[in-house]
Amino acid sequence: MASSEIRITGFGGQGVILCGYIIGKAASIFSDMNATLTQSFGPEARGSACSAQVVVNDERVLYPYVTVPNILIAMSRDGYYTHKETLSKDGILVYDESLVEPDEDAPHKYAYGIPASRIAEEMGRKIISNIVMLGFFGAVTKLVPRDAFREAVESSVPEGTQELNLKAFDTGWERGEEAVAPKKQSKPKSSRKTEVAGSAAGG
Amino acid sequence: MQADPKNVLTGSHYLDGNHACAEGALAAGCKFFAGYPLTPSTEIAERVARRFPMLGGIFVQMEDELASITAILGASWGGKKTMTCTSGPGFSLMMENFGLGIMTETPFVLVNVQRGGPSTGLPTLPGQADIMQARWGSHGDYEVIALAPDSPQECFEFTIDAFNLSEKYRMPVLLMTDECVGHMTERVVIPEADQIELVERRYTKKKPGEGWPFEHNGSDIPPMLPIGEGYRFHVTGLTHDYRGYPVIDAEAQKWKVEHLMDKVRKHADEIIRYEQEGVEDAEVVVMAYGISSRVVRRAIDQARAEGIKVGLVKLITIWPFAEKLVAELSAKVKSLVMVELNMGQLYYEMERCARGRCKTTLVGHTGGAVHKPEVIYAAIKEAAQ
Amino acid sequence: MSPIIAEPPSKDVRDQKHPMEKLLRMDRIPHIWCPTCGLGTTVTALAMAFEELELDLDKVAVVSGIGCTGRVAGYMKVDSFHATHGRAMPYAFGLALARPDMKVIVFSGDGDLASIGGNHFIHAARRNANLTVVCVNNFIYAMTGGQSAPTTPTTAKSSTSPYGTCEHPCNLPLLAGSSGATYVARWTCLHVRRLTKAIKEAINKKGFSFVEVIAPCATLYARLNKLGSGLDLMRFYHENSVIKHGADLNELDIDYQSKIIVGKFVDIEKPTFLDLYNQANKRAFGDKYQPYGGDNGVK
Repeated sequence: MASSEIRITGFGGQGVILCGYIIGKAASIFSDMNATLTQSFGPEARGSACSAQVVVNDERVLYPYVTVPNILIAMSRDGYYTHKETLSKDGILVYDESLVEPDEDAPHKYAYGIPASRIAEEMGRKIISNIVMLGFFGAVTKLVPRDAFREAVESSVPEGTQELNLKAFDTGWERGEEAVAPKKQSKPKSSRKTEVAGSAAGG
Repeated sequence: MQADPKNVLTGSHYLDGNHACAEGALAAGCKFFAGYPLTPSTEIAERVARRFPMLGGIFVQMEDELASITAILGASWGGKKTMTCTSGPGFSLMMENFGLGIMTETPFVLVNVQRGGPSTGLPTLPGQADIMQARWGSHGDYEVIALAPDSPQECFEFTIDAFNLSEKYRMPVLLMTDECVGHMTERVVIPEADQIELVERRYTKKKPGEGWPFEHNGSDIPPMLPIGEGYRFHVTGLTHDYRGYPVIDAEAQKWKVEHLMDKVRKHADEIIRYEQEGVEDAEVVVMAYGISSRVVRRAIDQARAEGIKVGLVKLITIWPFAEKLVAELSAKVKSLVMVELNMGQLYYEMERCARGRCKTTLVGHTGGAVHKPEVIYAAIKEAAQ
Repeated sequence: MSPIIAEPPSKDVRDQKHPMEKLLRMDRIPHIWCPTCGLGTTVTALAMAFEELELDLDKVAVVSGIGCTGRVAGYMKVDSFHATHGRAMPYAFGLALARPDMKVIVFSGDGDLASIGGNHFIHAARRNANLTVVCVNNFIYAMTGGQSAPTTPTTAKSSTSPYGTCEHPCNLPLLAGSSGATYVARWTCLHVRRLTKAIKEAINKKGFSFVEVIAPCATLYARLNKLGSGLDLMRFYHENSVIKHGADLNELDIDYQSKIIVGKFVDIEKPTFLDLYNQANKRAFGDKYQPYGGDNGVK
């Protein structure tokens, strides 16, 4: 498998880094892949732009940085606009449709939206929107098995919040399954036409 | 001796290089850590501070880097395995008492998570430009031991190795990592405690009143004296004799400085560590260390795929420099290429040891990022011509 | 004036054992200090304090920095460390934390502790490090040849202030006290009994204790300022000192060749760094936490 390069963008406090951490952990600890997480460090304070990058590979990751991501997880409008041009042409955009409205003429091929922030709010904790996104991303890309993701979530979130986070993950995962199902029950809320990803995650 | 299971976080973890380094220190039996916050090294101190209380260790955040390194020197003579961490600006401040550690033959580990310099430079981005400072940063003549990890896994392993080398050779040892490795999160496999071999401090077998703190013959490593046991010994940064008493003359200086050099030089073969890949039939050998030794592999794979006979030497110890290896390689290859995140530091060591027997090329970088594989590939291609 | 130092001793006196032999490294005597330097009586006071307290000398360490006073560590027959310039304090702090069962004494000069080591001084006091600090203040950098110190009184001459010092000097007891010291005293080196008592109290004090010793530098400070011999200056300091226990620390500035307030100024109790470290961890981990240094490991 060639490497999957994932960029997660949002603003500080959304759990962008944790999201990247769980993806990497699911792949490299609870699955048999290698995953390198890097994050853009800067003087950013809570609320400003931030991003995490994960490179997932069957073999050892040699070059740790993401250059041309084939998966972009956009959890904020700013993050989307900053990074959308870097996404590879056959790449996958996964976005929080409560916050991001993708361009009609965006360069990527596949786009999947989920109202993660709204779902999280409905579940009672806005802070878990990143885990809803993670579940959604997991189901859409099938990068690592669902159980590996769940184990990674369970072992990464604060003590006492595991149940809520796993519920958030499962909710996101189910929405993701629906989004990639050959026959969709409902039209995606995004104005953008959504195509079936196929094996794009492996690209 | 094996590590104490209490100190070892056995299992597979998803850790960044800094956290892995902290776990390496704990596994090695580090019990005293004094530090001062400095990006991008701070996570090492943070993790040690969190983990120490239940392991019987003590962490102090000092007023500056001068105090941090000096406190660990004092604690080392107090019988503890000790460590501190910093980056460029703090590394500069620490050089004063790094020298005291060298002169007084005091074991401890100093971690430099390198960032871009000079001065405040690039606090959050990588560099490898403190390599010569590691070698010559404190005044006077001496030898150093410095290791360069390329991953969180190596951060864990090399930190333990650094502690072992510092006890074995009774001197401070440097771990020269960088921002990229320090902040990169990957799987780190921490073995069972009984799989981790540790070198414990060697104390004199002589009775109080008979043992002296700097008694050695030639390149032998003098055993230390335990504090508080009646030896009533003296330690000074002044040039001293075997008793530790100051002696200010050329003869004493020769005795002391030659010892400081010899204890590394005469054991260079035991200390120097490197990995070689595809060197046997190589026409071009790329040398690199730390994060650079990792990114070069992509370029090497590409060059090999195109039929260029290229090998890799990944230096694990950057000091002492692998002089003999470079001399041997230079006699049989067409070209040696050094890839490092600076504008030529270890390159000149390589060039010196090649003595004009082959072409030498520097693939330098001013820091702030890692090399692009295509740049390295182009250099390999040119070196092969 | 009656001479305090008599003619050189006769041979049979020289052959006698030195009364401080147990406490000094006799194989390093004669020392490097000038005749009539104030360090002799100060070291004697330290040695007498050790003796009178009946300390187990195996469990005492002396740490010095650089300078004339910095050499004290090398003459005391205990585990001793001669650190770099200004760094005696953090060196001793690390040592004391590694061995909380030992008495660690920092013995250094005004330039070493207050100038290059000033920041370490402030923070060791602030943390209430379990250290006894004896600072010999001779108003000048003597080892390097008589340059201005942070303690040189305004208008006094030094080799780098040939027309008189144009800076305000440090008030060391104020610095120590306001930074958090639990014990602060000042004596001159001729107040040998009182100084010995102060050092004893300081050693017994839990936490950061500080004793300033006013001492003459015969070779440089006295000579550059035409103040006579070291002995004259020693006597001057003694005669011009005013004992005022509990004096306000703000009153303790020393003007050029004027009165010197001496006495014990601070003597309070408060938890040390190690006490607070153990308390914090006890709060966090409960009974599972083993106090560092044990329950009685602290002086």
